[in-house]
Amino acid sequence: MNAYVPILGLMALAALFLGVSIFASVNIGPARYNKAKYDTYECGIEPTPQPIGGGRFPVKYYITAMLFIVFDIEIVFLYPWAVAFNQLGVFAFVEMLLFVVTVIIAYIYVVRRGGLTWE
Amino acid sequence: MTDPTSADLAEVRAAASAPAREVTRQGMWGHGSGDTSGYGGIVRSFERFPRSDRPYGSYFDEIVDRLHGLLPSVDIEHVVVAHDELTIFVPKADLIDVLTACRDDALLRFEVCVSVSGVHFPDMVGEELHSVYHLLSITHNRRLRLQVTCADADSHIPSSVAVYPMTDWHERETYDMFGIIFDGHPALTRILMPDDWDGFPQRKDYPLGGIPVEYKGAVVPPPDQRRSYS
Amino acid sequence: MGIEDKLPSGVLLTTVEGVIGWLRQASFWPATMGLACCAIEMMAFGAPRFDAGRWGQEVFRASPRQADLLIVSGRVSQKMAPVIRQVYDQMPNPKWVISMGACASSGGMFNNYAIVQGCDHIVPVDVYLPGCPPRPDMLIDAMFKLRKGDVAHYPIGPDRIAADEAAEQAALIAPSTLEMKGLMR
Repeated sequence: MNAYVPILGLMALAALFLGVSIFASVNIGPARYNKAKYDTYECGIEPTPQPIGGGRFPVKYYITAMLFIVFDIEIVFLYPWAVAFNQLGVFAFVEMLLFVVTVIIAYIYVVRRGGLTWE
Repeated sequence: MTDPTSADLAEVRAAASAPAREVTRQGMWGHGSGDTSGYGGIVRSFERFPRSDRPYGSYFDEIVDRLHGLLPSVDIEHVVVAHDELTIFVPKADLIDVLTACRDDALLRFEVCVSVSGVHFPDMVGEELHSVYHLLSITHNRRLRLQVTCADADSHIPSSVAVYPMTDWHERETYDMFGIIFDGHPALTRILMPDDWDGFPQRKDYPLGGIPVEYKGAVVPPPDQRRSYS
Repeated sequence: MGIEDKLPSGVLLTTVEGVIGWLRQASFWPATMGLACCAIEMMAFGAPRFDAGRWGQEVFRASPRQADLLIVSGRVSQKMAPVIRQVYDQMPNPKWVISMGACASSGGMFNNYAIVQGCDHIVPVDVYLPGCPPRPDMLIDAMFKLRKGDVAHYPIGPDRIAADEAAEQAALIAPSTLEMKGLMR
């Protein structure tokens, strides 16, 4: 527990700084607003009208993000396995191989179904 | 024939009965200005775009002959060779055929349309607005100028964007500055002036539009209304 | 809440103004409004030979939200005028404007239909810098005059409200340049 106290202290300091900054900037400064300050910045021209809610997003962003999450989790599993590889023996090797093969089967399915083609 | 009240660089138009291409210009310093050099009395009379005679010289004959061969029905008679440059006047109905032939034929192969610009001659009644196409052939290292005329009342010219896509913005600029409407252009809008501007600034009858400069009580008029020296 | 506007005016506020003014002029970020040839001199102002980084100004902010200063450098065309106004409006206060060059100050040599005769038709200007184009040394001089003058002594809070009032009253009774006769020699 002693090793984590400095980290908690730093987090508390950061939260304090955040609070003080936001409070100071919102409350201390004067409020001189005009319509242009609320507008989106688009190099000085009137901003292109956007549909409400920001418009529809193409689903390919979601697919790419999902794939990233899956492989990121796989990497999270691979790191401690690699560190403790020597102590774990053949059993761990075979088990990790099965895990990777499972994920690869899913990956091949996605690629063959066109999940990674952008257009 | 001279008009004594014209501004400096007096450009006197011939009487309406003469062909519109004849121009008479008088020397820069007009009478009564105190100029004793004698240059004030020079009167030059010339014809605009005089037709040249065969042989045209260097590669010009090849180009004109090839165009005649490819497009026998098009009237390519008005050819001007001046200052080592070839200019061909093309009727506006045949412009796209001529441009396509220039681009596609192996012996012509003008791949690049360097620019499309406009000229306004208010005194050439019936042919006031010209649209000038500069073509460059990289394979043959040749240049060609095609010129198309149209009247002010019917200022439509077929658009060359389908043949040379690089002329897209050039045609927009020519429309913005001269008012030549290019039929078939994908998006013919103003490009230099604000979108709701009235008038076509580079025409000869468009005023300069300056304001008098006021500074502590003194007023200096804009350049086109200052003292004339003739 | 705007606490700054409600502070008591006095020696303490003046001291704080001095400190804040020194901070503002020490880190005075310009926004890019390089329109024409004067922009080249403005780039030279930021380049190593006439280093604007000596005073923390090599960061020409692309976004007006982070900028203090708008250097209008170059001729302002009719098409560009609303753009300049929008960029100026989107800058947070306090903001200053340097009109760099003859064209930005008065239309320059372009007295015609397409050029706005001076960017002070569009935005309020603090420093006019003549030249065609002004050398980077001249821009440095204008920048120093602005920083050491207007920026370092910028009043805050109730002092600024009073200064704005006083400026408005002065502008109401000031003679127009047309009424000032006989000064052009």
